[in-house]
Amino acid sequence: MAMTETAGRLPRAPLLRRLSTVLYTHSHVLLLVLLAPPLLWLGIIYLGSLLSLLAQSFFYIDGFTGQIVHELSFRTYAEMLSSRANLDVILRTASMAGAVTVASAIIGFPIAYYMARYAKGRIKALCYLGVMLPLWSSYLVKVYAWKLILAKEGVIGWTFAHLKLAWLLDGVLAIPVIGGPSLSVSYLGMFLVFTYMWLPYMILPIQAALERVPPSLLEASGDLGARPGLTFRKVVLPLAFPGVVAGSIFTFSLTLGDYIIPYIIGSSRFFIGQVVFLQQGTAGNIPLAAAFSVVPIVIIAIYLTIAKRLGAFSAL
Amino acid sequence: MRSNRTPVNRTAAPIGLKLAAVGGLLFLHLPMLFILLYAFTTEDKSYQFPPPGLTGKWFAAALDRQDIWDALGLSLRIAAMATMMAMVLGSLAAAAMYRTHFFGRETITLLIILPIALPGIITGISLRAAYNLMDIPFSIWTIVIGHATFCVVVVYNNVLARFRRTSASLIEASMDLGADGFQTFRHVILPSLGTALLAGGMLAFALSFDEIIVTTFTAGHQQTLPIWMLSELVRPRQRPVTNVVAVFVIVATFVPILAAYYLTRGTDAHGGGK
Repeated sequence: MAMTETAGRLPRAPLLRRLSTVLYTHSHVLLLVLLAPPLLWLGIIYLGSLLSLLAQSFFYIDGFTGQIVHELSFRTYAEMLSSRANLDVILRTASMAGAVTVASAIIGFPIAYYMARYAKGRIKALCYLGVMLPLWSSYLVKVYAWKLILAKEGVIGWTFAHLKLAWLLDGVLAIPVIGGPSLSVSYLGMFLVFTYMWLPYMILPIQAALERVPPSLLEASGDLGARPGLTFRKVVLPLAFPGVVAGSIFTFSLTLGDYIIPYIIGSSRFFIGQVVFLQQGTAGNIPLAAAFSVVPIVIIAIYLTIAKRLGAFSAL
Repeated sequence: MRSNRTPVNRTAAPIGLKLAAVGGLLFLHLPMLFILLYAFTTEDKSYQFPPPGLTGKWFAAALDRQDIWDALGLSLRIAAMATMMAMVLGSLAAAAMYRTHFFGRETITLLIILPIALPGIITGISLRAAYNLMDIPFSIWTIVIGHATFCVVVVYNNVLARFRRTSASLIEASMDLGADGFQTFRHVILPSLGTALLAGGMLAFALSFDEIIVTTFTAGHQQTLPIWMLSELVRPRQRPVTNVVAVFVIVATFVPILAAYYLTRGTDAHGGGK
């Protein structure tokens, strides 16, 4: 009300002021004006693309002519799920994602715990930067660094040789599934690289969750006679768990969709991302590529539903 | 922050925990040092450790390579454009979402996060399929559109965090003193958002500059710096030159990240990830 009065007195841009008043008093108009550009962008470009991808997964390739048939059917999905090799790819990728998630949680938890409970001032800032910098630094450079390290003539081989432990490395590499001719072309190497790559994504949510544990709870637990170990198990761990789940969403989803690391570090056995890449590229089978890229979406959707139940989103 | 009382057990950390934390942090940082070392090696056929000799000649060799300069220029242009778009879209979204509650709010949050939550390959192949469907030829713009899409969330997170910390009473005070919405925006809201916006922009820039997965799907013959590096990783020509470029990329991405950190230090908490 006061607004309209002042609007009358000011000679400058009455139109703008009236517009401002309208936006202020009709907050839903303002909301719409603000929200429209990002919503249109994400809704049309991103969601539209996703839906077109989904639609294409229901098309299929005519086995006779090799042309894409624009008809809705489950043929491509049936083809994908009936092949033993394809199921292996899915299983292999999901197991790698699971293993990487567990390893990141185990390595990441002590760092997050130290940062949240013990680090203060400069040390804390240093730790924080120490996690942020690797998270944000170049993906390819990190993969490249590991290619140097894991190479047969690289630093790991050299270290084992100088510790007279070359037999140990060879022994580990001789293990059927995870081994290979050298670390740089084995699942073990790939597992190391994946864990390295996604570790910061695990640390930050756990740290955020631990920061929120009120110290009074720990005091109460101690006052009630719990030893530090018991307090940790019964109070700290359950409260940090949503953070672990939040972090695992990142590690799991990032591993599922990656195709560069399996391509550069891995063996010749495919991961989901590589199949998608090859099918849409050289093989030209867009429907199969689309169907394959739906697999991680489904796995992640299931994962997210469970994570939501566990309260992970409050820790993001 | 939460309590002024000294909490229990806030003595020294157990030695085992300290070792595990230090070990984990070393694991995160040692690999980068090897890149630095290998940029000076005299050996260019293999990744031999330790390097047989050290030389600085690869830096000169890298400076002479026109293909590297072209790729760098393209990456910088794409990152700049994607960042601009993301800054506009991200701050609009943040302004709309803070302090409002409406039906479908959660869905919109999900929509903003989705491009980064879903694996890059899905964003990439979706965009590629859509471009094909609409007969849009690949160009620098197809790459920029892809990058802007997943950069929005970074700006959004930073600006939203700042909005939440900006006291609403400041805005009300400005209005009470007779400023209209636009004046309040220019003189009160924008200055308080400034550093958060800048930090979000820098992170978006770093994210776009480094992006490889979405780029391979949305680029035709354009070669960004990450695409150049990937081709060198697959078929190495002059390995030490690639090392030099890698060192350059490390430095080039550290600057905006550190800047973003210092711009928002002590004010906002960063979200979980990119």
